[in-house]
Amino acid sequence: MEDERDEMPETADTSTDATAAETANDGLATDLARTAEANKGRGAQKVERKAKRFEVKDVNLYYGKFHAVEDVSMTIEPNRVTALIGSSGCGKTTMLRSLNRMHELTPGASVKGQVMLDDEDIYRANVDPVEVRRLVGMVFQQPNPFPTMSVAENVAAGLTLNQRGISKSDKAEVVERSLRGAHLWDEVKDRLDRPGSGLSGGQQQRLCIARAIAVEPEVLLMDEPCSALDPIATLAIEDLIEDLKGRYTIVIVTHNMQQAARASDSTAFFNLEATGKPGRLVEMGPTQEMFTKPGKKETEDYVSGRFG
Amino acid sequence: MEAHTETTTQAGQILASATGGKRRAGDRIFSNAAVIASVTVLAILAGVAIFLLIKSAPAVTASASDLPDGKTLVDYIAPLAFGTVLAALIAVIVAVPLAVAVALFISHIAPRRIANTLAYIVDLLAAIPSIIYGLWGIFVLGPAIVPVLDWLAGNLDFIPLFKGPASVTGRTMLTVGLVLALMILPIVSAVAREVFAQTPRRLEEGALALGATRWEMIRMSVLPFGKSAVISGSMLGLGRALGETMAVTIILSVSGIVSFNLISQENPTPIAANIALKFPESSGLDVNALIASGLVLFGITLVVNMIARLIISRSNIQ
Amino acid sequence: MEAHRGENPDAAFEPDDQVNPLGGSSVSGGTLPSWFLWAVVGASALVALAILFATGGFKIVLFFLLTFGLALPTTYIWSRFAETRRQATDRLVTISIVAGFGIAVGPLISLLYEVIKRGTAGLSAGFLTDDARGAIGAAGGANHAIIGTLVITGVATLISVPIGIMAAIYLNEYGKGRLRRALTFFVDVMTGIPSIVAGLFAYALFAIFLGPGIRLGIIGSVALSVLMIPIVIRSAEEILKIVPNHLREAAYALGTPKWKVVSKIVLPTALAGLVTGVMLAIARVIGETAPLLVTTGVIDQTNTNPFDGRMQNLAVYAYSEYKDPGVQVQASYDKAWAAALTLIVIVMVLSLLARFIYRRFGTDLR
Repeated sequence: MEDERDEMPETADTSTDATAAETANDGLATDLARTAEANKGRGAQKVERKAKRFEVKDVNLYYGKFHAVEDVSMTIEPNRVTALIGSSGCGKTTMLRSLNRMHELTPGASVKGQVMLDDEDIYRANVDPVEVRRLVGMVFQQPNPFPTMSVAENVAAGLTLNQRGISKSDKAEVVERSLRGAHLWDEVKDRLDRPGSGLSGGQQQRLCIARAIAVEPEVLLMDEPCSALDPIATLAIEDLIEDLKGRYTIVIVTHNMQQAARASDSTAFFNLEATGKPGRLVEMGPTQEMFTKPGKKETEDYVSGRFG
Repeated sequence: MEAHTETTTQAGQILASATGGKRRAGDRIFSNAAVIASVTVLAILAGVAIFLLIKSAPAVTASASDLPDGKTLVDYIAPLAFGTVLAALIAVIVAVPLAVAVALFISHIAPRRIANTLAYIVDLLAAIPSIIYGLWGIFVLGPAIVPVLDWLAGNLDFIPLFKGPASVTGRTMLTVGLVLALMILPIVSAVAREVFAQTPRRLEEGALALGATRWEMIRMSVLPFGKSAVISGSMLGLGRALGETMAVTIILSVSGIVSFNLISQENPTPIAANIALKFPESSGLDVNALIASGLVLFGITLVVNMIARLIISRSNIQ
Repeated sequence: MEAHRGENPDAAFEPDDQVNPLGGSSVSGGTLPSWFLWAVVGASALVALAILFATGGFKIVLFFLLTFGLALPTTYIWSRFAETRRQATDRLVTISIVAGFGIAVGPLISLLYEVIKRGTAGLSAGFLTDDARGAIGAAGGANHAIIGTLVITGVATLISVPIGIMAAIYLNEYGKGRLRRALTFFVDVMTGIPSIVAGLFAYALFAIFLGPGIRLGIIGSVALSVLMIPIVIRSAEEILKIVPNHLREAAYALGTPKWKVVSKIVLPTALAGLVTGVMLAIARVIGETAPLLVTTGVIDQTNTNPFDGRMQNLAVYAYSEYKDPGVQVQASYDKAWAAALTLIVIVMVLSLLARFIYRRFGTDLR
C-alpha cells in the first residue's frame, strides 16, 4: 500500500507533463501501477519454456487490390504479451491473421514481406501453411468449440485432426494438461464427455484456449478474446494470459485500452491516415510508456480517448 | 544464446521438413475427387444431349416411308410438340393465378402460426408421384368433370376451345391441363411465397401508412416486388408441365391430331405421352424416331429452364 | 379512425373515397365485424347445400362453385354499401384468395381420400408378400414391385449420393467465382430434365454398348440418378453453406489440412442436413414411372439382381395393372390403387422421417 502511494506522485507528475486529459490517464495509470506492483511482488518474469520471437519485416497486406495494411515492421518478444491496439478497421486483426497465415485463406488475399519466426520466414516459398499454423495457434473473438464434439474431443481435436495417431491414455493426459493450463480443469473434469457447446461463454473461450495449447504451439494469437464475454469471465482470461506467457509468446488484438494496459508488456498502435487508406503501425513500445508517455501525438490522442 | 540456437534449429527443421510446395496427398486426392464429381455432373448434362443425338440420327436420315405413320420426321414430331405445348400452356394459365393466390394466402393472410403448416400441405402436392395423379385424374376428376364439359359444349361451343362434342369419359385436354396445373402449383407457389414473404417491411409499411387496405398494399408493394419471382416460378412450372409424362399418358385419350378443342374425345398427343405409350412395344427405326422426339422435348425444356434460371439469377432471388 | 374518416363520423356510409382517395379507409378493416367473411361463406355454404339437396344430390365440385358463387358477390355488394368501395374490393379479394387456396387444397384432399379408399380395397393379405407370377384375378401381389422399388432406388442412391455430395463440396468449399456460378446454374437447369428424357438417355447409353431392346434394373437406376443428382447437390450445397465459417477457421488455426477440415469438421456438422436432403431426393424419385418404362420394363416375378433381366417398381406396377388389366378388370384396378396407396405411404414416411431427423439430430448451429 505504501508503495502504491509512493507510486502515485510519479504518475501524477507524468500526467501533468503530458498534454493528455488527466482523467483518462489516471484510470490507466492506476491499472499500470497495479500491474507494476503485482510484477514487483513476483520478481522477474517466470519463463517456464522459452518460446519464439516474431520479427516482422516490411509487411504489406492486401485483399485483392485493396491495400489493407502498409509497411509494418516490428519485433514481438518471446514470452511476452504484445497488444495490438487501434480503432476499428485499422488493420490490427488483418495483421494478426498474417502471423499464422490465416490471412491468405480469404479469397484474393495476399502478403508481401517477411515474417520471421525465430529466423525462419514463414512465407518462404516451400513452407506449408498448415505447419505454420501448428506452431502459431489462434483463439477467436467468438468462442467456437466444435459442436459435434465433447469437451475432451474438442481439446484433443488439434491432435486427432493432425494425423497424429495418439493413444487413449496419451490423449487423456494431454486433455488434462491442456485444461489445467487453461484454468478450466476443475470446472469440467466431471463433464469431459458432454458437448463442448453446453458451457458458458467464458468457459467455452477457455476451452478454445485449451484446444489451442494442446498442440503445443510456440505462439498464441488472440483476436479480441474477451469482447464477447462478461467482466468476470474477462478477468479470468486475463489472469490466464498472465500465466500462459511463461510458456508461449502471446499476441493479442484488443479494442479495449484498459485491457491492453492491464494485460500486456508491449503495445503496438495501428491507425489509418484516412478512410480508404491502408492501416499502418504508428508506434510500438513498452506498454507503460505507450500509455503514459507515448512518442507520437497520434498515439497520445488515441490512448487518451480523443478518437477511436 | 545456446538455447536460442537450439530453437532456431528446431524451427528450421520443422518448417523446412514441411511438404510445402507439393501439396499433401490427402488434399490432392480429396480436391481431385471433388472436381471430378463436378465435371461428371456437367458431363451427364452434355451426355444426355449427345446420346440422344446419336440414337436419333438414324431417324433423321431415314426417309418417310420407313418412319412410323409414314411421315417425315418433322411431320411426325410437330403435332406431338403441339400437344406438349398445348397441355403445358393450359396448366400454366390455370396454375399461376392460383399459385399467386395460395402464396399470398400463406404469406399475408393466414395467421403466422399456421402458415408453415399450410406451406407444408401445399408442398405435399409436389411429393405425390405422377402416376397417382394419373389414376386420380382418370377415375375421379374425369367423371366428375363430365357435367362441366357438357355444359361447356352446350353453351360455349362458339368458342373453338369448347367446340365439342363433349367427351363422356372426361379424358380430355382440359382435364389433363387441370391435373398438370395441380402438379405444378406447388412449384410456382413455393417460389412466389418465398419472395412475397421477403417483401421489405419498409415497402409494406409505406403503403399502409398511406392508408391503403391490405389488398391495396399487396398490389402496390408485394406484387411488384415479387414480379420476377412469379415469372421465373411460372417458367419453372412450365418446364415441369412440358416434361410430365404419366399423368398425361393415363388420363388423355390420344389421337395424335392437332386441335384446339379441349373437351372432346380426340386430342393431340404430347411427346412424353407418345413415348410412354409406344416405346415398350417399338423396335428398330420407330425407337429412333421416339428418341428423336425425346430430344426435341429435351431441347424445349432446356431452353425454358435456362430462361427461368437466368431470370432468377439476375434478380437475385434465392 | 375518426380522424381518417373526415370530420363527420356519421358519414361512415358515404363513399367519401371518391373525394379523398387516400383517406377514409384503414387497414384494420371497415365498420363490419371481423367475423363478416366467415358469416358470408358459412351462410353461402348452407344455401348451396340446400340447393343441391333440393335439385338432386350432393356433388362436391358444384357445392364449391355454388358456395363461392354466392359468397363473392354477396361480400362485395354488402361491403360496398356498408363500408366503402375500397373496403369492398379488399374483402372481395380476400375471399377470392381464400377460394383460390381451397381450389388448391381441395383436390389434394380428394386425391388422398380416393387413394386411401380405393387402395385399401385392393390391399389383400398377399399384396405385400406375393408376386404376380401366374396370378389371376385378385390373387397375387406386388412383392416383386416392392423389392424392385427398393433395389432400383437403392442402387440409384448409391450412385447419386457420392457424386452429389462431392460435387456440392466442390461448389461450396473449393469453387471460385465464375466456374462455381456456371456449375450452380447448370445443376439448377438439370433439375428440370423431364423424367422420360432421363430414361431415354439411360437407355441410349446402355443400348450403344449392349444392343437395342435391353432392359435391366441398373439402367433404371442410372436414369433415376440423373434425376436425383441435381437434387442432392442443391440441398447439400444449401446445408454446407449454413455451416458457420468460424468452425472452419478454428480447425485451420489448429493446423489442419483442408481436406480434413472438410471431412472431419464440416461434413459431420452438416450430417443431419445432408441425410435429410438425400431422403427427400429419394422420396422424389421413388415413385417415378416414365423413366423405368423405357429402361427396366415389366415383369411379374421378383428379381433382385439389377444386372440381370427386367425389374419392376411399384409405380410401373400400378401403371401396368391399369393399362393391361387381367380378365377381372376391377381386381387389377384395385391392385393399381393399392400400389398407389403403398407408394404414397412410403413417400410420406420418408418425408416425415427426413424432417424429423433434421429437427432431432441437426446440430444447433449458433
